[in-house]
Amino acid sequence: MTACALAVLAVLSLIVYELISRSGLSWHAFGFKFFASSEWDPVSEKFGALPFIYGTLVSSLVALVIAVPLSVGVAVFTTEMCPKAFRGPLSFFVELLAAIPSVIYGLWAMFVLVPLLSTKVEPFLGKTLGWTGLFTGAPYGIGMLAAGIILAIMIIPIISSITREVLLVVPQQQREGVLALGATRWEMIRVGVLRNARAGILGGIILGLGRALGETMAVTMVIGNRPEIAKSLFAPGYTMASVLANEFSEATGDTYLSALIEIGLALFLVTIVVNALARLLVWSVTRGQPAKGSA
Amino acid sequence: MHATTQTVSPISLRRRVTDHVMTGVAMLTVVLVLAPLVAIFGYLMYRGIGSINWAFLTQTPKPVGETGGGMANAIVGSIFILGIASLIGVPFGVGAGVYLAEFGRNRFGSAIRFTADVLNGVPSIVIGIVGWSILVRGHGFSALAGGVALAIMMVPTISRTTEEMLLLVPTAMREAAYGLGIPRWRTTLSITLRTATSGVITGIMLAFARIAGETAPLLFTAFGNTFWNWKATQPTAALPLQIYVYANSPYDDWHRQAWAGSFVLIVLIVTAVAAMRYAVRRGSFGAA
Repeated sequence: MTACALAVLAVLSLIVYELISRSGLSWHAFGFKFFASSEWDPVSEKFGALPFIYGTLVSSLVALVIAVPLSVGVAVFTTEMCPKAFRGPLSFFVELLAAIPSVIYGLWAMFVLVPLLSTKVEPFLGKTLGWTGLFTGAPYGIGMLAAGIILAIMIIPIISSITREVLLVVPQQQREGVLALGATRWEMIRVGVLRNARAGILGGIILGLGRALGETMAVTMVIGNRPEIAKSLFAPGYTMASVLANEFSEATGDTYLSALIEIGLALFLVTIVVNALARLLVWSVTRGQPAKGSA
Repeated sequence: MHATTQTVSPISLRRRVTDHVMTGVAMLTVVLVLAPLVAIFGYLMYRGIGSINWAFLTQTPKPVGETGGGMANAIVGSIFILGIASLIGVPFGVGAGVYLAEFGRNRFGSAIRFTADVLNGVPSIVIGIVGWSILVRGHGFSALAGGVALAIMMVPTISRTTEEMLLLVPTAMREAAYGLGIPRWRTTLSITLRTATSGVITGIMLAFARIAGETAPLLFTAFGNTFWNWKATQPTAALPLQIYVYANSPYDDWHRQAWAGSFVLIVLIVTAVAAMRYAVRRGSFGAA
């Protein structure tokens, strides 16, 4: 048993060791400039990861903007508003979203979401919100917006299930107390429930962010895969995970390979920090309480 | 008299409207979240069932541009790779979980628990790179490397659920076994683990369902193959890889097969989970 537990530790150490040792070449060649340069030219062996970092951050941010209100809304509805009999089935259906493989999300996004975006949604957004500069350019469908939407669908089950758990550990007396003061149901939810669960909900959001940052297949299939930094969300982009998926097996030359592994290392470190932060926040709320989703 | 009617003054119109509006907003979010679920499953059924035929299930892929052929080798390859992953991942995961539940109430246990959580959050593509770096460099792509990469992803999920399930077993049962003079290891295996079997298996199924559709860790490990392969040391086709490749191709017939493949993948996952559940319920572990 101890050996199995040690194996968990060993595997993580091995991951860290491999990533660090194999990215050394690129680290020595480019240093910190690697993360500040936006030149990605495998032919002349000049590598800068900025467009990928930008793409990862922006697509995850778009996903959060869409997913957070929806997930919190669903969680509030299931715990506070919906009749008891529907609670179980409703959370089951939302969590079913988590069971769909990433590649199937990508397939669906390519053939259903992208055409919908390019013919209906993007022309409409361009007309009404084009002045913001975020929704300009040709509505190809493929691009940052499509990636953000598909990521949002993928992280909704994570954020909403954690939010639900956190809401369930808010003591019942708190709700009754606020209601007894004459609050309406919404006021009770806002003052008595959501305000108490803030830290935990934030934890759930960050956990969702961690998933979005590392998500590979679905994003790669719809983001357009072009290492450019554009303000418009209609424009194609590239993420850290998708450049790995596309170029890793074709990388020729040690520097190229090393640069890609360094991107992998950066992605690894960022997701670890993000996940650790999220765990701490969720723990601080549910600690000592049996946070069972079925309660 | 007058005073009492004032203290129970009715809730103002603005507050009542806000209440109703927010209830409506919450309902709307439920609809907006369930819509993609219905859309994805509906479209998957519609395109998937219509695209499956006998050739798809029995033949290997045709050369580029030719219509026809199937994913038989990828279906079998996926089962092969998942089998390797389970053979490695399940014992390690359950073992680590047992350790955490029975012997892990100390600093070392907390460290392992934290490590498992971190490992759970590592992006699958990074696992793929490490799998490549350890097992593929110098040896070539192989089903074994793919299986190991997926096993690494299984372990944290299995160990954490196993721990949770074992902790649910009442201490009194362990004490009763000790009282009969049964050694600790025997108690853990025959009493604690046995009582928690159905929960542990649910955790295993959760981990299995999660890795069955994984594509990213297989890109640089199992790599894919357009022919049959039965050797663990050779590049092997896998259903998610094949779906990815076909989806990105410009051919309509390959798109059709990508949908068929997705449908088969979902059916494979659901069947595996259901079969396991059934086996557990029928088995001698009536405690479930």
